[in-house]
Amino acid sequence: MTRLPAGGLIDRGKPIAFRFNGRTLTGFSGDTLASALIAHDVKIVGRSFKYHRARGILTDGIDEPNALVTLGSGARAEPNCRAPSVELFDGLEAYSQNCWPSPNFDLMAINGLLSRIFVAGFYYKTFMWPAALWEKLYEPLIRRAAGLGRLSGDPDPDTYDRSHAFTDLLVVGSGPAGLSAALCAARGGLRVLLIENDSRVGGRLLSQRYKVDGELGTAWADAALKELVANERVTILTRTSLFGAYDDKSFAAVERVSDHLPGAAIGRPRQRYWKIVAAQAIFATGATERPIAFGGNDRPGVMMASAIQTYINRYAVAPGKRAAIFTVCDTGYEVAADLAAAGVDVAAVIDARRQPGRSLAFAPAISGEIVRTFGKSLTAIEVRRYDGGVERIAVDLLGMAGGWNPNIGFASHLGNRPDWNESLQAFRQEKLSDGMMFAGAADGALTLTDALASGEAAAARVMSPASSMPPIGTSAQASPHVVRAIGQKVFVDFQHDVTVEDILLADREGYRSVEHLKRYTTLGMATDQGKAGQVLGHAVLAQHRGVEMAAVGTIAARPPHTPVAIGALAGMHRGEHLKPVRLTPTHCWAAENGASFVNAGLWKRAQWFTRAGDADWLASAVREAKAVRSAVGICDVSTLGKIEVEGPDAALLLDRLYANMMSTLPVGKCRYGLMLREDGFVFDDGTVARLDESRYVITTTTVNAVAVMRHVDFALQVIWPDLRAHACSVTESWAQIAVAGPQSRALLQDLLPDIDLSNETFPFMGAVAGTWDGIPMRLFRLSFSGELAYEIAVPTNHGDALVRTLARLGQTYGCTPYGLEALGILRIEKGHVAGGDLNGQVTAHDLGLGRMLSRKKDFIGRAMAERPMLVDPGRQALVGLKPVDPTQRLSAGSHLFRSGAAHVAGESQGHVTSVAYSGVFDQWIALGVLAHGPQRIGEVIVAASPMRGTRIEVEVCNPVFFDAAGERLRA
Amino acid sequence: MIISCPHCGPRDSSEFYFRGEATPTRPEYDAGTAAATGYVYGRINPAGPQKEHWYHAAACRSWLLVERDTRTHKFLSVTLASEQGR
Amino acid sequence: MERQHYSLFTLARQALTGHRGWQPAWRDAAPQDRYDVVVIGGGGHGLATAYYLAKIFGVTSVAVIEKGWIGGGNAGRNTTIIRSNYLLPGNIPFYEHSLKLWEGLEQDLNYNAMVSQRGILNLCHSDEQRDAFERRGNAMRLHGVDADLLGPAEVRRMAPFLDFDNARFPIFGGLLQKRAGTARHDGVVWGFARAASDRGVDIIQNCEVTGFVRDPSGRVTGVETSRGKILAGKVGMAVAGNTSRVASFADLRLPIESHVLQAFVSEGLKPVIPGVITFGAGHFYISQSDKGGLVFGGDLDGYNSYAQRGNLPIVEDVCEEAMAIMPMVGRARVLRSWGGIMDMTLDGSPIIDRTPVPGLYLNGGWCYGGFKATPASGWCFAHLLARDAPHPVAAHYRLDRFASGQLLDEKGAGAQANLQ
Repeated sequence: MTRLPAGGLIDRGKPIAFRFNGRTLTGFSGDTLASALIAHDVKIVGRSFKYHRARGILTDGIDEPNALVTLGSGARAEPNCRAPSVELFDGLEAYSQNCWPSPNFDLMAINGLLSRIFVAGFYYKTFMWPAALWEKLYEPLIRRAAGLGRLSGDPDPDTYDRSHAFTDLLVVGSGPAGLSAALCAARGGLRVLLIENDSRVGGRLLSQRYKVDGELGTAWADAALKELVANERVTILTRTSLFGAYDDKSFAAVERVSDHLPGAAIGRPRQRYWKIVAAQAIFATGATERPIAFGGNDRPGVMMASAIQTYINRYAVAPGKRAAIFTVCDTGYEVAADLAAAGVDVAAVIDARRQPGRSLAFAPAISGEIVRTFGKSLTAIEVRRYDGGVERIAVDLLGMAGGWNPNIGFASHLGNRPDWNESLQAFRQEKLSDGMMFAGAADGALTLTDALASGEAAAARVMSPASSMPPIGTSAQASPHVVRAIGQKVFVDFQHDVTVEDILLADREGYRSVEHLKRYTTLGMATDQGKAGQVLGHAVLAQHRGVEMAAVGTIAARPPHTPVAIGALAGMHRGEHLKPVRLTPTHCWAAENGASFVNAGLWKRAQWFTRAGDADWLASAVREAKAVRSAVGICDVSTLGKIEVEGPDAALLLDRLYANMMSTLPVGKCRYGLMLREDGFVFDDGTVARLDESRYVITTTTVNAVAVMRHVDFALQVIWPDLRAHACSVTESWAQIAVAGPQSRALLQDLLPDIDLSNETFPFMGAVAGTWDGIPMRLFRLSFSGELAYEIAVPTNHGDALVRTLARLGQTYGCTPYGLEALGILRIEKGHVAGGDLNGQVTAHDLGLGRMLSRKKDFIGRAMAERPMLVDPGRQALVGLKPVDPTQRLSAGSHLFRSGAAHVAGESQGHVTSVAYSGVFDQWIALGVLAHGPQRIGEVIVAASPMRGTRIEVEVCNPVFFDAAGERLRA
Repeated sequence: MIISCPHCGPRDSSEFYFRGEATPTRPEYDAGTAAATGYVYGRINPAGPQKEHWYHAAACRSWLLVERDTRTHKFLSVTLASEQGR
Repeated sequence: MERQHYSLFTLARQALTGHRGWQPAWRDAAPQDRYDVVVIGGGGHGLATAYYLAKIFGVTSVAVIEKGWIGGGNAGRNTTIIRSNYLLPGNIPFYEHSLKLWEGLEQDLNYNAMVSQRGILNLCHSDEQRDAFERRGNAMRLHGVDADLLGPAEVRRMAPFLDFDNARFPIFGGLLQKRAGTARHDGVVWGFARAASDRGVDIIQNCEVTGFVRDPSGRVTGVETSRGKILAGKVGMAVAGNTSRVASFADLRLPIESHVLQAFVSEGLKPVIPGVITFGAGHFYISQSDKGGLVFGGDLDGYNSYAQRGNLPIVEDVCEEAMAIMPMVGRARVLRSWGGIMDMTLDGSPIIDRTPVPGLYLNGGWCYGGFKATPASGWCFAHLLARDAPHPVAAHYRLDRFASGQLLDEKGAGAQANLQ
């Protein structure tokens, strides 16, 4: 147990039991998993990616590359959690990753023995022979080694929330700079949103023993928090990681709502995804301490000095019993002092600067470098003094104080690359997007005093853009430091096992751009995205090649700044809630009548209505289709798009939208209409009804309802803004029901006794507006089925009453509800195109509708429809197809071949677009497109589906299988 | 991205449908197929400020004429397309 | 410089001397005054073009000019999928040629690009979509390409983690191409670069083209660059994402728009996803790399962009569709996202053709399908540059098809780039 007897921001009155690799351990409220493990002297937490080297805790935060664990078990198992950022809670379970059987003894560590072979990019040079072994042997071996943690494979059982925030000022980070910026802006009257990744505000103040305004830093932070909380214009989100900066001052963050709570949080989301729009944003995101490159710098027990400071001061745990600090700047001395103050034996401070900073009362300050380390977990270091001596010092803890990298990645999210600042010896963000500023250590203000001033100045600048930022000091900073290796590997990427040698190898092989270096060695591609070691790696390259850091450059950070759960970004839009469900006005009635529903875009439409005695869905559909042909059927067609067009120029507009003429349509009549895209291919079809001189209602297919509305608006607002016409979607305003079959007139006459529906007064393609039961009603004599048929529309909220009334009145006539499958049979029997036939690749000619293209007017698509290949007579055009052997079943997607032709690509002359079982003909029939199709009626050809292994002889026929003369629909 | 719709104010770009470069005036049919081909398929596709058409699909259904920089995504101006040339 | 062969043997031998004997994978060349062919664009397509020019067509006076570092455009930003599961007769032979080249690429280049044929499964969610897959799969079979139509039970056996029970858009089945898969994108770039360099091609990095050199007749006779003028017998553009920009130097207006497509990778995870899986009721697709990251993406952001970064609406769409189809990924974390600039043509298919400007040749318009095309694109462009005639499998990729109407519109989306 290395818990210090006193101090820390932990609550010793609240012990917490947790499990690590099956062992039950205890910590205190306020601990992280990392601090609690340190309290139990756990040194080795996991294994590295490639060589499976033992990995201890390196840092104190979210960018930890080493101590990754899987939290929880079963469906809640969460891989790759950073132990230093996991708050301890009662019942927490954590497991080491990427090791077997245990982190202390990992069989895959054999990879380390092969490390002389397994250098950067070795896999590009081997595993090529024989080729067949790649999928069979080499790749499975590589994939077995892939990855770190493991997904459970079960659906994520938790829920995720989504929220929006709008603010004058977003402050990211609540260290000294962030707090002072927030305080200053709040006092100035701004709405402030302060975001902190940690569970409490304070940033580095929580890790250090500095005083602010005469009081301890933590007390100052608490007071600041109190003032901010009391200000109603301030919102504070802790446990919240800002992860991305996007266009127009939009930012994204994830709040960990219940991850830190024991058990599955009932009634709470696991996390909440925040979308933030902020007029101004101050990034007080601090700086990340750089490691130092020296032999054996990855050994468990070697830690960032700043992390040691955090564990000592904030968590009151000592990560070792005898410590040394390897420093290249003044911060190492502070950490050494904190260790000494906590009662930890400090063996030495090794200062790699040629002139040591100061002498210490409690330990020798050595001017020199560490060249090697020893032990499975650290037992000793070898120091080479600049005065020539070599010394071995027994320690079990070593802090690396290698200087600081300001956390400026968010600027790169918007495409602003950082610049190397020679005096700061770090990348600093000079170019900024509008409304974005860095403050504190993130801007190079590395000391407490500077950071406080920087935060205040940033806030002042938000309120008064003319005010300037204070100059930055550099006393806590140093150049990236690389020690010449002797015998031991020198790591720059601890998780991915990238060494100095790997970087030199990449350089030798020409992978010199930092992007090539990254991709070849995987430097910076680990879960910390290079925050720990990437700049150090680039410094290795710069020093090796003798060029400035500025010439080497660095990698642009990409969102997310810290990794984000896919579930959190999806929010509630999963499973059945991926997209909204649209229900037809008669949905309840259909469900009561045995309907099975199918997706049609976002709509749920009745596919068929199961009745007692139906053998299967096909029997239901055939029964329904037969009922339409022999009596009467009703079907909800409300999903068709409906657009009202009104105005003195409405007719002219429709003439330009449709390929055929609409201005000649008499009032009280409907006409079939064909719309082309501007590129001349068929866009959509539907009907146009003229309700009065300047008022039309047009229908679209279900799938194109939105696109046609957009198209109409484009024509009206962009192409012909001078036309005096308006258009409005009324799809959701009207319930529309098709009433089809020989008895449809009788049924509707019963429904509408006041309107004369006789063929003479209301013939085929008639349209009338009237009332039903005192409510507005529109009746169209349209037929998709080829039968005498009507479509009746009433306001949507009356649709249910209408369908129930029709069903009741229809009992006399054998009225049968029919669904999409029967609709499909009926329309294929009539050769009407729909769905798969209208795939955006067909012309009007292909569909046998070429004669509809008006030659008397301009219309959208006319010019392009006349391109040579669109009027080529050899194009595949619509035909009917029926198997020569009537017992055979066709499948859509079969290709068509001349009889006797080889079934190879060049011989395919078309394909089957849709099929149906026709009850009328008692066999499968189909529509298809066939080269020169209309000239080949009567020819026997072959429909083949190689994937199904079928070859069926079919006869080419007129696509209108049933009642080609159209007598029934005019009856 | 946030687009300031002249009718609806600043709104998230997810409410809008992007059509593309605001091409020159649509040629009349009798201008010939070459003109039509240019209208339908010709694109300047500049790396820089571009005039383009967006449709406020989820709200007022206005077609907007927008000027935006394709390198930075910055919106330079937004007007109603129907008011062009009036 | 003698070519250094890559093998386990040479690797082991180098290991004995600390890998100090490795030579640069490719020569970092300085521009000469003149080449027979200058290829603009050091991405996969440009480097492959140079390689095949030298290897197949015997043209070795070739420079590849790259404005930044090779592979820094879409070659290094894609989601590494290779496949030939196309519908149209104008497309299938080309992509199948490409897949066949992939199958022997590593031995040909002596560079392991980790071509991994773990299959691609396109899911369908309606009868119509299944019919369309049957048409497509049959077209593939007729071209001698492997394709299988799977029912829901077979899909469940292959990918039991998909959401079969609570889906908004239930799985009706799928189209499987077993020979499809992934390759390591950077490896492809470096492999072509090394092999091309070995055959005498100059690879010139940090050299940005700023204009064309033209003779009085208007013929392109070279390029102006940030490193000076370079003359050429022929100039080929392979700069997808920037095609319009470079073509504008020759006053060309093309049926191409630049759009941003985002891609995502998760933290490393033990293998859970067998091959490539695509969601048919949206735009989501996913695979898992040999390093363990889930590599996934979705639709274009939808607006013209040269910014190589996208916005949140698509991030949300992609993750929603991920959760809708495979709810096990909820606790996997997105590690990194990025954007590439797609060269979107107005029928969704590429262009490999002469331009109206003599001496200037175009390879572009790869939409979001350029990676898989890399070897065949290089091969066919090399054929065009060397012989001034289109390669038979790329004969449909003509620039004049937009005027003639002989389009290659796989989706039937029409002249709307963001719907392609």
